[in-house]
Amino acid sequence: MDAGRRISMSRPAVGEAGATGQWRNNRPVMDPALCMAATAGRVTCQICWVYCPDGCIAQGAGPAIDLTYCKGCGICAQECPTGAIEMVPEALHGVCALPDEEVL
Amino acid sequence: MASETSVMTGNEAAATAARLARVQVIAAYPITPQSPVVETLSAWVESGELPAEFVAVESEHSALTVCIGASTVGARVFTATSSNGLAYMNEQVWWAAGARLPIVMCIANRAMAAPWNVLNDQQDSMSERDAGWVQLYCRDNQEILDTTVQAYLIAERLNLPVMVCYDGFLLSHTMMPVSVPDASTVDAFLPPRPAPLTVVDPADPRNIGPVVLADPRADAAGVVSPGYMELRAQHHRALLDALAVIPEVDAAYSAVVGRTWGGLTWEHLLDDADVVLIAAGSLATQLTLTAEALRAEGVKAGVLGIRAYRPFPAAALAGKLAGRRLALVFDKALSYGYDGPICTDLRGSLLGVEGAPAVFGAVCGLGGRDVSPDDLAAAARRALADLDAGARTRPTDWVNLRLEGE
Repeated sequence: MDAGRRISMSRPAVGEAGATGQWRNNRPVMDPALCMAATAGRVTCQICWVYCPDGCIAQGAGPAIDLTYCKGCGICAQECPTGAIEMVPEALHGVCALPDEEVL
Repeated sequence: MASETSVMTGNEAAATAARLARVQVIAAYPITPQSPVVETLSAWVESGELPAEFVAVESEHSALTVCIGASTVGARVFTATSSNGLAYMNEQVWWAAGARLPIVMCIANRAMAAPWNVLNDQQDSMSERDAGWVQLYCRDNQEILDTTVQAYLIAERLNLPVMVCYDGFLLSHTMMPVSVPDASTVDAFLPPRPAPLTVVDPADPRNIGPVVLADPRADAAGVVSPGYMELRAQHHRALLDALAVIPEVDAAYSAVVGRTWGGLTWEHLLDDADVVLIAAGSLATQLTLTAEALRAEGVKAGVLGIRAYRPFPAAALAGKLAGRRLALVFDKALSYGYDGPICTDLRGSLLGVEGAPAVFGAVCGLGGRDVSPDDLAAAARRALADLDAGARTRPTDWVNLRLEGE
Protein backbone atom coordinates (compact mmCIF):
# COMPACT_ATOMS: atom_id res chain seq x y z
CA MET A 1 0.00 0.00 0.00
CA ASP A 2 1.17 3.51 -0.81
CA ALA A 3 2.97 5.08 2.13
CA GLY A 4 0.75 8.15 1.97
CA ARG A 5 -2.28 6.00 2.71
CA ARG A 6 -0.97 4.77 6.08
CA ILE A 7 -0.29 8.11 7.73
CA SER A 8 -1.79 11.56 7.74
CA MET A 9 0.15 13.48 5.08
CA SER A 10 -0.90 15.88 2.36
CA ARG A 11 0.43 18.41 -0.11
CA PRO A 12 0.17 21.97 1.19
CA ALA A 13 -2.82 23.72 -0.37
CA VAL A 14 -5.22 26.51 0.48
CA GLY A 15 -8.14 25.24 2.52
CA GLU A 16 -6.72 21.83 3.50
CA ALA A 17 -8.61 21.98 6.80
CA GLY A 18 -11.84 23.41 5.37
CA ALA A 19 -13.32 26.91 5.63
CA THR A 20 -11.89 27.58 9.07
CA GLY A 21 -13.14 31.16 8.99
CA GLN A 22 -16.41 29.71 10.27
CA TRP A 23 -14.70 29.10 13.62
CA ARG A 24 -14.04 32.82 14.14
CA ASN A 25 -15.55 34.81 17.02
CA ASN A 26 -13.62 38.02 16.46
CA ARG A 27 -12.74 39.47 13.07
CA PRO A 28 -9.50 41.32 12.39
CA VAL A 29 -10.29 44.71 10.89
CA MET A 30 -7.35 46.64 9.47
CA ASP A 31 -7.21 50.45 9.45
CA PRO A 32 -5.19 51.41 6.34
CA ALA A 33 -4.54 54.83 7.86
CA LEU A 34 -2.49 53.14 10.60
CA CYS A 35 -0.94 50.24 8.59
CA MET A 36 2.76 50.97 7.91
CA ALA A 37 2.75 49.27 4.51
CA ALA A 38 -0.50 50.87 3.38
CA THR A 39 0.62 54.35 4.38
CA ALA A 40 4.05 53.87 2.78
CA GLY A 41 2.46 52.43 -0.34
CA ARG A 42 4.99 49.61 -0.53
CA VAL A 43 5.48 46.10 0.81
CA THR A 44 7.16 46.89 4.11
CA CYS A 45 6.66 45.69 7.72
CA GLN A 46 4.53 42.58 6.96
CA ILE A 47 4.77 41.56 10.60
CA CYS A 48 1.14 40.36 10.56
CA TRP A 49 2.04 38.08 7.61
CA VAL A 50 5.03 36.72 9.52
CA TYR A 51 3.02 35.90 12.63
CA CYS A 52 -0.22 34.54 11.13
CA PRO A 53 -0.13 30.85 12.22
CA ASP A 54 -2.56 29.83 9.48
CA GLY A 55 -0.93 31.56 6.55
CA CYS A 56 -4.09 33.43 5.67
CA ILE A 57 -2.54 36.87 5.33
CA ALA A 58 -1.17 37.78 1.90
CA GLN A 59 1.75 40.19 1.64
CA GLY A 60 0.95 43.61 0.21
CA ALA A 61 0.70 47.33 0.77
CA GLY A 62 -1.11 46.68 3.04
CA PRO A 63 -1.45 42.99 3.67
CA ALA A 64 -4.76 41.24 2.93
CA ILE A 65 -6.47 38.93 5.44
CA ASP A 66 -8.42 36.03 3.92
CA LEU A 67 -11.51 35.79 6.09
CA THR A 68 -12.54 32.46 4.55
CA TYR A 69 -9.74 30.85 6.57
CA CYS A 70 -8.87 33.36 9.34
CA LYS A 71 -9.88 31.75 12.69
CA GLY A 72 -9.75 35.07 14.50
CA CYS A 73 -6.91 34.17 16.86
CA GLY A 74 -5.88 37.83 17.14
CA ILE A 75 -2.13 37.27 16.93
CA CYS A 76 -1.85 39.74 14.03
CA ALA A 77 -3.62 42.43 16.11
CA GLN A 78 -1.34 41.67 19.05
CA GLU A 79 1.83 41.87 16.95
CA CYS A 80 1.02 44.85 14.70
CA PRO A 81 3.53 47.56 15.75
CA THR A 82 1.16 50.43 14.93
CA GLY A 83 -2.06 48.93 16.31
CA ALA A 84 -3.63 48.97 12.86
CA ILE A 85 -5.62 45.76 13.39
CA GLU A 86 -8.60 45.66 15.73
CA MET A 87 -10.45 42.49 16.72
CA VAL A 88 -14.15 43.21 16.31
CA PRO A 89 -16.85 40.74 17.50
CA GLU A 90 -18.40 38.91 14.55
CA ALA A 91 -21.85 39.74 15.92
CA LEU A 92 -21.29 43.28 14.74
CA HIS A 93 -20.84 41.95 11.18
CA GLY A 94 -23.51 39.25 11.16
CA VAL A 95 -22.11 35.96 12.40
CA CYS A 96 -22.61 33.78 9.33
CA ALA A 97 -21.78 36.20 6.56
CA LEU A 98 -18.62 34.99 4.86
CA PRO A 99 -18.73 36.32 1.29
CA ASP A 100 -15.60 35.46 -0.66
CA GLU A 101 -15.17 39.05 -1.77
CA GLU A 102 -15.01 40.24 1.82
CA VAL A 103 -11.23 40.21 2.01
CA LEU A 104 -9.76 43.16 3.85
CA MET B 1 29.37 -15.11 15.36
CA ALA B 2 31.81 -13.23 17.56
CA SER B 3 30.76 -12.12 21.01
CA GLU B 4 32.15 -11.17 24.38
CA THR B 5 30.56 -11.88 27.74
CA SER B 6 30.43 -9.03 30.25
CA VAL B 7 28.79 -8.74 33.63
CA MET B 8 26.34 -5.86 33.42
CA THR B 9 23.07 -4.44 34.70
CA GLY B 10 19.85 -4.53 32.74
CA ASN B 11 20.21 -0.82 32.08
CA GLU B 12 23.69 -1.35 30.62
CA ALA B 13 22.31 -4.18 28.49
CA ALA B 14 19.67 -1.79 27.10
CA ALA B 15 22.25 0.91 26.39
CA THR B 16 24.55 -1.63 24.76
CA ALA B 17 21.74 -2.79 22.51
CA ALA B 18 21.02 0.79 21.41
CA ARG B 19 24.70 1.22 20.55
CA LEU B 20 24.77 -2.05 18.61
CA ALA B 21 21.64 -0.92 16.73
CA ARG B 22 23.60 2.18 15.64
CA VAL B 23 20.95 4.61 16.86
CA GLN B 24 21.36 8.07 15.37
CA VAL B 25 19.35 10.24 17.78
CA ILE B 26 18.81 9.76 21.51
CA ALA B 27 16.66 12.08 23.61
CA ALA B 28 15.88 11.36 27.21
CA TYR B 29 15.22 12.83 30.62
CA PRO B 30 16.55 11.10 33.73
CA ILE B 31 14.18 9.15 35.96
CA THR B 32 14.87 6.32 38.39
CA PRO B 33 15.39 3.45 37.64
CA GLN B 34 15.98 4.16 33.94
CA SER B 35 18.60 6.92 34.28
CA PRO B 36 21.73 4.76 33.89
CA VAL B 37 20.57 3.73 30.38
CA VAL B 38 20.85 7.23 28.99
CA GLU B 39 23.76 8.19 31.25
CA THR B 40 25.69 5.34 29.67
CA LEU B 41 24.63 6.36 26.16
CA SER B 42 25.50 10.03 26.75
CA ALA B 43 28.98 9.00 27.92
CA TRP B 44 29.45 6.99 24.71
CA VAL B 45 28.26 9.90 22.59
CA GLU B 46 30.63 12.24 24.45
CA SER B 47 33.60 9.87 24.01
CA GLY B 48 32.84 9.41 20.32
CA GLU B 49 32.26 5.71 20.76
CA LEU B 50 28.67 6.18 19.59
CA PRO B 51 28.28 8.53 16.60
CA ALA B 52 24.81 9.83 17.51
CA GLU B 53 23.09 13.05 18.50
CA PHE B 54 22.22 13.12 22.19
CA VAL B 55 19.54 15.74 22.79
CA ALA B 56 19.24 16.82 26.42
CA VAL B 57 15.66 17.93 27.07
CA GLU B 58 13.71 19.43 29.96
CA SER B 59 11.05 16.72 30.27
CA GLU B 60 9.95 13.31 29.10
CA HIS B 61 7.26 14.90 26.92
CA SER B 62 10.02 16.69 25.04
CA ALA B 63 12.21 13.58 24.98
CA LEU B 64 9.64 11.63 23.03
CA THR B 65 8.80 14.69 20.95
CA VAL B 66 12.44 14.94 19.81
CA CYS B 67 12.34 11.23 18.98
CA ILE B 68 9.13 11.78 16.99
CA GLY B 69 10.71 14.60 14.98
CA ALA B 70 13.90 12.68 14.28
CA SER B 71 12.06 9.46 13.44
CA THR B 72 9.68 11.35 11.13
CA VAL B 73 12.61 12.41 8.93
CA GLY B 74 14.10 8.92 8.90
CA ALA B 75 16.55 8.64 11.81
CA ARG B 76 16.84 5.55 14.00
CA VAL B 77 16.05 6.84 17.48
CA PHE B 78 16.08 5.62 21.07
CA THR B 79 14.74 6.74 24.39
CA ALA B 80 14.04 5.21 27.76
CA THR B 81 11.88 6.11 30.73
CA SER B 82 9.97 4.82 33.74
CA SER B 83 6.75 5.37 35.65
CA ASN B 84 5.71 9.03 35.88
CA GLY B 85 8.13 9.87 33.08
CA LEU B 86 6.14 7.57 30.79
CA ALA B 87 2.91 9.09 32.06
CA TYR B 88 4.28 12.55 31.29
CA MET B 89 4.97 11.36 27.72
CA ASN B 90 1.46 10.01 27.35
CA GLU B 91 0.24 12.43 24.69
CA GLN B 92 3.29 11.77 22.54
CA VAL B 93 3.14 8.02 23.20
CA TRP B 94 -0.12 8.05 21.23
CA TRP B 95 1.32 10.37 18.59
CA ALA B 96 4.35 8.15 17.95
CA ALA B 97 2.06 5.18 17.35
CA GLY B 98 -0.58 6.92 15.24
CA ALA B 99 2.15 8.51 13.12
CA ARG B 100 3.55 4.97 12.63
CA LEU B 101 7.08 5.84 13.78
CA PRO B 102 9.49 2.95 14.47
CA ILE B 103 10.74 4.35 17.78
CA VAL B 104 12.21 1.94 20.33
CA MET B 105 11.77 2.93 23.97
CA CYS B 106 13.03 0.94 26.94
CA ILE B 107 10.85 1.02 30.05
CA ALA B 108 12.48 0.17 33.37
CA ASN B 109 9.17 -0.71 34.99
CA ARG B 110 8.37 1.28 38.13
CA ALA B 111 5.25 1.89 40.23
CA MET B 112 3.08 4.91 39.51
CA ALA B 113 2.64 7.73 42.03
CA ALA B 114 0.84 8.68 44.22
CA PRO B 115 2.30 7.86 46.66
CA TRP B 116 5.88 8.25 45.43
CA ASN B 117 7.63 4.93 45.07
CA VAL B 118 10.64 4.26 42.89
CA LEU B 119 10.41 0.46 43.07
CA ASN B 120 9.15 -2.09 40.61
CA ASP B 121 5.79 -3.08 39.33
CA GLN B 122 4.43 -3.02 35.76
CA GLN B 123 1.64 -0.46 36.14
CA ASP B 124 3.44 2.18 34.06
CA SER B 125 3.70 0.34 30.75
CA MET B 126 0.57 -1.80 31.24
CA SER B 127 -1.38 1.47 31.50
CA GLU B 128 -0.19 2.30 27.95
CA ARG B 129 -1.42 -0.95 26.46
CA ASP B 130 -4.06 0.71 24.25
CA ALA B 131 -1.76 3.34 22.72
CA GLY B 132 -0.83 1.16 19.74
CA TRP B 133 2.78 0.28 20.60
CA VAL B 134 4.23 -3.21 20.50
CA GLN B 135 5.07 -4.14 24.11
CA LEU B 136 7.67 -6.81 24.88
CA TYR B 137 8.56 -7.92 28.43
CA CYS B 138 12.00 -9.30 29.31
CA ARG B 139 12.91 -11.87 31.92
CA ASP B 140 16.66 -11.23 32.31
CA ASN B 141 19.45 -8.92 31.17
CA GLN B 142 20.44 -11.04 28.19
CA GLU B 143 16.88 -10.86 26.94
CA ILE B 144 16.92 -7.07 27.40
CA LEU B 145 19.90 -6.75 25.08
CA ASP B 146 18.61 -9.21 22.51
CA THR B 147 15.04 -7.89 22.57
CA THR B 148 16.09 -4.26 22.22
CA VAL B 149 18.09 -5.11 19.09
CA GLN B 150 15.19 -7.22 17.77
CA ALA B 151 12.78 -4.37 18.53
CA TYR B 152 14.32 -2.20 15.80
CA LEU B 153 13.71 -4.83 13.13
CA ILE B 154 10.13 -5.36 14.34
CA ALA B 155 9.51 -1.61 14.49
CA GLU B 156 10.97 -0.87 11.07
CA ARG B 157 9.25 -3.77 9.31
CA LEU B 158 5.83 -2.73 10.60
CA ASN B 159 6.24 1.03 11.08
CA LEU B 160 5.23 0.67 14.71
CA PRO B 161 6.92 1.88 17.89
CA VAL B 162 8.10 -0.76 20.36
CA MET B 163 8.40 -0.62 24.15
CA VAL B 164 10.96 -3.00 25.60
CA CYS B 165 9.88 -3.42 29.22
CA TYR B 166 11.98 -4.80 32.05
CA ASP B 167 11.53 -4.77 35.80
CA GLY B 168 13.06 -1.79 37.57
CA PHE B 169 15.86 -2.63 40.02
CA LEU B 170 15.14 -6.38 39.79
CA LEU B 171 16.71 -6.27 36.32
CA SER B 172 17.66 -2.64 35.72
CA HIS B 173 20.17 -2.56 38.59
CA THR B 174 21.02 -6.26 38.95
CA MET B 175 24.23 -7.49 37.37
CA MET B 176 24.30 -10.66 35.29
CA PRO B 177 26.59 -12.13 32.64
CA VAL B 178 25.47 -10.89 29.23
CA SER B 179 26.84 -12.12 25.93
CA VAL B 180 27.37 -9.08 23.69
CA PRO B 181 27.50 -9.84 19.97
CA ASP B 182 30.03 -7.81 18.02
CA ALA B 183 28.93 -4.97 15.78
CA SER B 184 29.30 -6.88 12.50
CA THR B 185 27.10 -9.69 13.83
CA VAL B 186 24.35 -7.25 14.69
CA ASP B 187 24.81 -5.48 11.35
CA ALA B 188 24.17 -8.82 9.62
CA PHE B 189 20.85 -9.03 11.44
CA LEU B 190 19.77 -5.39 11.44
CA PRO B 191 20.18 -3.37 8.23
CA PRO B 192 20.01 0.44 8.29
CA ARG B 193 16.52 1.87 8.70
CA PRO B 194 14.47 1.78 5.49
CA ALA B 195 13.01 5.04 4.16
CA PRO B 196 10.32 6.52 6.40
CA LEU B 197 6.64 6.63 5.43
CA THR B 198 6.87 10.39 5.46
CA VAL B 199 7.96 12.27 2.34
CA VAL B 200 10.70 14.69 3.39
CA ASP B 201 11.58 16.68 0.27
CA PRO B 202 11.91 20.47 0.28
CA ALA B 203 11.29 20.45 -3.48
CA ASP B 204 7.97 18.67 -3.01
CA PRO B 205 6.85 19.61 0.51
CA ARG B 206 4.16 17.87 2.57
CA ASN B 207 1.98 18.62 5.53
CA ILE B 208 2.95 15.88 7.98
CA GLY B 209 0.23 14.94 10.43
CA PRO B 210 -2.48 17.37 9.33
CA VAL B 211 -5.97 17.03 10.76
CA VAL B 212 -7.90 14.02 9.43
CA LEU B 213 -11.65 14.15 9.77
CA ALA B 214 -14.20 11.39 10.11
CA ASP B 215 -14.53 10.42 6.46
CA PRO B 216 -12.06 9.93 3.63
CA ARG B 217 -11.65 13.30 1.94
CA ALA B 218 -10.29 14.62 -1.32
CA ASP B 219 -7.51 17.18 -1.01
CA ALA B 220 -7.25 20.34 -3.11
CA ALA B 221 -5.75 18.27 -5.96
CA GLY B 222 -8.59 15.72 -5.80
CA VAL B 223 -6.49 12.99 -4.14
CA VAL B 224 -8.67 11.10 -1.65
CA SER B 225 -6.96 10.57 1.70
CA PRO B 226 -8.08 8.01 4.27
CA GLY B 227 -10.30 9.10 7.14
CA TYR B 228 -9.42 8.58 10.79
CA MET B 229 -10.97 5.13 10.97
CA GLU B 230 -9.11 3.93 7.86
CA LEU B 231 -5.78 5.03 9.35
CA ARG B 232 -6.64 3.42 12.69
CA ALA B 233 -7.74 0.17 11.03
CA GLN B 234 -4.38 -0.08 9.25
CA HIS B 235 -2.57 0.68 12.51
CA HIS B 236 -4.53 -2.10 14.21
CA ARG B 237 -3.74 -4.53 11.38
CA ALA B 238 -0.05 -3.71 11.69
CA LEU B 239 -0.25 -4.63 15.39
CA LEU B 240 -1.94 -7.90 14.45
CA ASP B 241 0.77 -8.50 11.82
CA ALA B 242 3.26 -8.24 14.67
CA LEU B 243 1.90 -11.57 15.97
CA ALA B 244 3.75 -13.16 13.03
CA VAL B 245 6.62 -10.70 12.76
CA ILE B 246 7.78 -10.94 16.41
CA PRO B 247 8.49 -14.72 16.17
CA GLU B 248 9.98 -14.28 12.66
CA VAL B 249 12.39 -11.65 13.94
CA ASP B 250 13.29 -13.81 16.94
CA ALA B 251 14.03 -16.69 14.56
CA ALA B 252 16.11 -14.45 12.29
CA TYR B 253 18.05 -13.21 15.32
CA SER B 254 18.57 -16.76 16.48
CA ALA B 255 19.97 -17.68 13.06
CA VAL B 256 22.59 -14.94 13.29
CA VAL B 257 23.29 -14.66 17.01
CA GLY B 258 22.35 -18.13 18.21
CA ARG B 259 19.85 -17.26 20.94
CA THR B 260 16.05 -17.52 20.81
CA TRP B 261 13.50 -16.10 23.24
CA GLY B 262 10.39 -17.78 21.98
CA GLY B 263 8.66 -14.95 20.17
CA LEU B 264 5.27 -14.20 21.71
CA THR B 265 5.37 -16.49 24.74
CA TRP B 266 7.78 -18.88 26.40
CA GLU B 267 7.23 -21.85 28.65
CA HIS B 268 8.73 -24.03 31.36
CA LEU B 269 7.47 -27.52 32.28
CA LEU B 270 4.31 -26.80 30.33
CA ASP B 271 3.85 -30.00 28.30
CA ASP B 272 1.98 -32.10 30.86
CA ALA B 273 0.99 -29.27 33.23
CA ASP B 274 -2.59 -28.98 34.39
CA VAL B 275 -1.90 -25.92 36.52
CA VAL B 276 -0.38 -23.13 34.45
CA LEU B 277 1.26 -20.14 36.13
CA ILE B 278 1.29 -17.03 33.94
CA ALA B 279 3.15 -13.71 34.24
CA ALA B 280 5.33 -11.26 32.31
CA GLY B 281 8.92 -10.27 33.01
CA SER B 282 11.16 -11.39 35.85
CA LEU B 283 8.14 -12.53 37.87
CA ALA B 284 7.64 -15.33 35.34
CA THR B 285 11.26 -16.40 35.87
CA GLN B 286 10.50 -16.73 39.57
CA LEU B 287 7.45 -18.80 38.69
CA THR B 288 9.74 -21.45 37.18
CA LEU B 289 11.04 -22.11 40.71
CA THR B 290 7.46 -22.12 42.00
CA ALA B 291 6.41 -24.66 39.38
CA GLU B 292 9.32 -26.93 40.29
CA ALA B 293 8.41 -26.68 43.99
CA LEU B 294 4.77 -27.50 43.26
CA ARG B 295 5.83 -30.50 41.17
CA ALA B 296 7.78 -31.78 44.17
CA GLU B 297 4.42 -31.73 46.00
CA GLY B 298 2.75 -33.69 43.21
CA VAL B 299 1.04 -30.74 41.50
CA LYS B 300 1.63 -30.80 37.75
CA ALA B 301 2.52 -27.13 37.43
CA GLY B 302 4.11 -25.29 34.52
CA VAL B 303 4.86 -21.72 33.46
CA LEU B 304 3.63 -19.75 30.46
CA GLY B 305 5.56 -16.50 30.18
CA ILE B 306 4.13 -13.50 28.35
CA ARG B 307 6.82 -11.92 26.14
CA ALA B 308 4.49 -9.94 23.85
CA TYR B 309 1.72 -8.19 25.76
CA ARG B 310 0.71 -6.04 22.75
CA PRO B 311 -0.22 -7.44 20.38
CA PHE B 312 -1.83 -9.87 22.83
CA PRO B 313 -1.12 -13.45 21.72
CA ALA B 314 -4.71 -14.53 22.30
CA ALA B 315 -4.78 -17.45 19.86
CA ALA B 316 -1.37 -18.76 20.97
CA LEU B 317 -2.44 -18.64 24.62
CA ALA B 318 -5.78 -20.31 23.91
CA GLY B 319 -3.97 -23.09 22.04
CA LYS B 320 -1.53 -23.65 24.88
CA LEU B 321 -4.16 -23.50 27.64
CA ALA B 322 -7.01 -25.59 26.22
CA GLY B 323 -7.34 -28.80 28.20
CA ARG B 324 -5.65 -27.51 31.37
CA ARG B 325 -7.40 -27.27 34.74
CA LEU B 326 -6.29 -23.85 35.96
CA ALA B 327 -4.60 -20.77 34.57
CA LEU B 328 -3.34 -18.65 37.45
CA VAL B 329 -2.26 -15.18 36.33
CA PHE B 330 0.09 -13.09 38.44
CA ASP B 331 -0.19 -9.42 37.51
CA LYS B 332 2.16 -6.70 38.76
CA ALA B 333 -0.44 -4.13 37.75
CA LEU B 334 -4.14 -3.58 38.20
CA SER B 335 -6.99 -1.96 36.34
CA TYR B 336 -8.33 -0.36 39.49
CA GLY B 337 -11.94 -1.32 39.99
CA TYR B 338 -11.63 -4.49 37.91
CA ASP B 339 -8.73 -6.93 37.67
CA GLY B 340 -5.13 -7.39 36.56
CA PRO B 341 -4.53 -6.53 32.90
CA ILE B 342 -3.06 -9.87 31.79
CA CYS B 343 -5.76 -11.75 33.68
CA THR B 344 -8.50 -9.68 32.06
CA ASP B 345 -7.09 -10.10 28.57
CA LEU B 346 -6.56 -13.82 29.04
CA ARG B 347 -10.17 -14.35 30.17
CA GLY B 348 -11.33 -12.68 26.96
CA SER B 349 -8.99 -14.86 24.89
CA LEU B 350 -10.41 -18.05 26.37
CA LEU B 351 -14.09 -17.20 26.08
CA GLY B 352 -15.78 -19.95 24.08
CA VAL B 353 -12.58 -22.00 23.75
CA GLU B 354 -13.32 -25.68 24.22
CA GLY B 355 -11.56 -27.13 27.26
CA ALA B 356 -10.59 -23.68 28.55
CA PRO B 357 -9.26 -23.74 32.10
CA ALA B 358 -10.61 -21.67 34.97
CA VAL B 359 -8.74 -18.36 35.06
CA PHE B 360 -7.88 -16.96 38.48
CA GLY B 361 -6.06 -13.69 39.00
CA ALA B 362 -3.56 -12.64 41.62
CA VAL B 363 -1.99 -9.22 42.08
CA CYS B 364 1.45 -9.06 43.58
CA GLY B 365 4.61 -7.02 43.91
CA LEU B 366 2.99 -3.59 43.67
CA GLY B 367 5.40 -0.81 44.58
CA GLY B 368 8.25 -3.29 44.94
CA ARG B 369 6.57 -5.53 47.55
CA ASP B 370 8.81 -8.58 47.66
CA VAL B 371 7.42 -11.75 46.10
CA SER B 372 9.32 -14.97 46.69
CA PRO B 373 8.80 -18.26 44.87
CA ASP B 374 7.38 -19.54 48.18
CA ASP B 375 4.81 -16.70 48.26
CA LEU B 376 3.84 -17.59 44.71
CA ALA B 377 3.54 -21.27 45.60
CA ALA B 378 1.30 -20.39 48.56
CA ALA B 379 -0.89 -18.34 46.21
CA ALA B 380 -1.05 -21.31 43.83
CA ARG B 381 -2.10 -23.61 46.68
CA ARG B 382 -4.88 -21.15 47.64
CA ALA B 383 -6.04 -21.08 44.02
CA LEU B 384 -6.08 -24.89 43.83
CA ALA B 385 -8.06 -25.08 47.09
CA ASP B 386 -10.61 -22.63 45.64
CA LEU B 387 -10.78 -24.67 42.44
CA ASP B 388 -11.22 -27.93 44.35
CA ALA B 389 -14.01 -26.27 46.35
CA GLY B 390 -15.84 -25.74 43.06
CA ALA B 391 -14.96 -22.12 42.24
CA ARG B 392 -14.81 -21.26 38.54
CA THR B 393 -14.14 -17.61 39.20
CA ARG B 394 -13.18 -15.64 42.28
CA PRO B 395 -12.04 -12.15 43.38
CA THR B 396 -8.45 -11.10 42.73
CA ASP B 397 -6.03 -12.57 45.28
CA TRP B 398 -3.69 -9.93 46.74
CA VAL B 399 -0.40 -11.72 47.44
CA ASN B 400 1.42 -10.65 50.63
CA LEU B 401 -1.14 -7.97 51.47
CA ARG B 402 -0.80 -6.87 55.09
CA LEU B 403 -3.84 -4.69 55.86
CA GLU B 404 -4.43 -4.00 59.53
CA GLY B 405 -7.37 -5.96 60.93
CA GLU B 406 -7.34 -8.66 58.21
